[in-house]
Amino acid sequence: MNAHESITAAIRAANARGEPALVAYLTAGFPSRERFLEDLRQVAEGADVVEIGVPFSDPMADGVTIQRSSRVALSQGVSLGWILGELERMTPRPRAPLLLMSYLNPLLAFGADRLAETARRAGVGGFIVPDLPFDEGEPMRAAFAARGLALVRMVTPVTQPERLRRICADSQGFVYAVTMTGTTGKHVAVPQEVTQYLDAVRALSPVPVCAGFGIRGREQLERLRGHVDGVVIGSALVETLERGADPAAWLRGLRNAER
Amino acid sequence: MSSSTEHADALAELIAGRIPDARGRFGPFGGRYVPETLIPALDRLEEGVREHLRAPSFQQELAAELSSWVGRPTALTFAGRLSGRWGAKIWLKREDLAHTGAHKINNALGQALLARRLGARRIVAETGAGQHGVASAAACARLGLPCTVYMGAVDMERQAPNVGRMRLLGATVVPVTGGDATLRAAIDEALRDWVSDPLETYYLLGSAVGPHPYPYLVRELQAVIGREARAQIREKTGALPEAVIACVGGGSNSIGMFHAFVPDRDVEIIGVEAGGKGPALGDNAATISHGRPGVLHGTYSLLLQDADGQVQETQSVSAGLDYSGVGPEHAFLAHIGRVRYESAGDQEALDAVRTLCETEGILPALESAHALAGAKRWAERHPGGTVVVCLSGRGDKDMPTLQRTLLKGDQ
Ligand SMILES: Cc1ncc(COP(=O)(O)O)c(C=O)c1O
Repeated sequence: MNAHESITAAIRAANARGEPALVAYLTAGFPSRERFLEDLRQVAEGADVVEIGVPFSDPMADGVTIQRSSRVALSQGVSLGWILGELERMTPRPRAPLLLMSYLNPLLAFGADRLAETARRAGVGGFIVPDLPFDEGEPMRAAFAARGLALVRMVTPVTQPERLRRICADSQGFVYAVTMTGTTGKHVAVPQEVTQYLDAVRALSPVPVCAGFGIRGREQLERLRGHVDGVVIGSALVETLERGADPAAWLRGLRNAER
Repeated sequence: MSSSTEHADALAELIAGRIPDARGRFGPFGGRYVPETLIPALDRLEEGVREHLRAPSFQQELAAELSSWVGRPTALTFAGRLSGRWGAKIWLKREDLAHTGAHKINNALGQALLARRLGARRIVAETGAGQHGVASAAACARLGLPCTVYMGAVDMERQAPNVGRMRLLGATVVPVTGGDATLRAAIDEALRDWVSDPLETYYLLGSAVGPHPYPYLVRELQAVIGREARAQIREKTGALPEAVIACVGGGSNSIGMFHAFVPDRDVEIIGVEAGGKGPALGDNAATISHGRPGVLHGTYSLLLQDADGQVQETQSVSAGLDYSGVGPEHAFLAHIGRVRYESAGDQEALDAVRTLCETEGILPALESAHALAGAKRWAERHPGGTVVVCLSGRGDKDMPTLQRTLLKGDQ
């Protein structure tokens, strides 16, 4: 199975259990660089897919929580190279597939081909790149495709229908449906427009659809049920780690509430 | 094909008006690296630019405002005493005389007029030196549009006079304490605001940076500087100058000055970046001299960054040049060798402020003083030559910095 197929499979497996998949985000090396692999292991226990955030100096799509986690991680010397090195030496690797979420510039600085090769060796299944819109995919897309790695594409409530169709057709692993116009870390109310938009994305997409941005708790998960194949939990989980709470238990708490 | 032929071809394409291309590329540079959420807004802006920018009704409206409200054309002043001191014939294109005191108004007014035609409900802008913020606030007041300006906390302190001006002009000024608390962080924050309301908010970007179509749009709105200067110098001297010089922060006054002269192959074009305290990474803002290609704020250009692709903080006495990126057209002009970029340090710029005050009775902006420092060096190499310098703005805003530097010890 290709790396990107294993991501799709993990989401479908959660759906087969009758629940939306949990895609859990943490910023690598936050709150502590030393605890990264341990935090990752715990998050992976409670999640179906894990997104590992590569900190960047200018996180323009992120709200205050991920701005803060990125700044702290950078100040502790976390880099893409360090993250990949840690993942490569991690044994055993988590069962949940891993994605890297990174702004484009650190990826460019690493080099597309070298990145794809190093990521594959480190057990990374694919990438989410918030400042890489559909039309600017190369050369990353080709380098990832050559190694079976996913480039997970994003769609938003303002994406026009024809573009939506093309993005869904191109996305691998899943389609990341941004719930709202805005940065990460807010609280989205999930009104009917949002569920209608998610239904429309799902009708078009050959791969699973996961909703993200602003999803923090049980009530929102309930409202999204039936309209998505998975949800991405970001800032709320980062805040959980920051408080020193057990992330696996926190994620399990979300799940139990789903029933 | 040799690279010099490639470069000549690229220059011919630029002169023929085919650059940027349909995807917003200046050779390898430019493009659109933004969250998907902003794509419809950029598409609409691009369509708006295509529909309005060259339309006679828009051009008439803009020309009338530039003349009666901004005070264009700005003068081209022969700097006689300065020429005597530095040894070349120095002409100053007086953008400091434009309304609100800098070239920034050319772009702010043009984009505000465009925003109104596009039905924008509110305007957001970023500012470094505060000049773009003041220009945006003024243009929005003139057109009756609400305006929010993001400004780094460090810049609010060193450009304090401009903060008060923006507020008087009705803008909401939002301090940005994240990141480096200067222009780069202010752009990050303005982009976050725009992402939250991409369809009704208009982002009035203040330099020739950012995703397509901004670098093109800003160039077109600033090109009036070079068009006027070229006609004025020919009228006054009967010839083109041997060189034109401008300072480069994001690159708007410089691209505006250079654009009309790019086809004049005998005219040497020089951009001067902020050399800050010195050449080490983090000590300057000389992006073209010291940067590597990368993506910041939506465009692929040169960038001051570390080996991991993290954007570097910069250092310059001048807030308006204190930026880690540079417009993609400048990266392109450097790449094809049409423009030479050099840098001038903090002390050279401060010395130039003093010299221009003493010799010509003009207090230049610290940004513009970098261009003057470049002119001084050019004059040493070309005694008796003729050079036009873009005096991009006036220096009143810099009084807090000048008190701490040139006036230190005075009562
Ligand atoms: C007077 C003046 N000159 C130059 C600049 C630099 O910007 P740009 O390179 O876009 O002209 C600024 C920016 O604030 C400015 O205020």
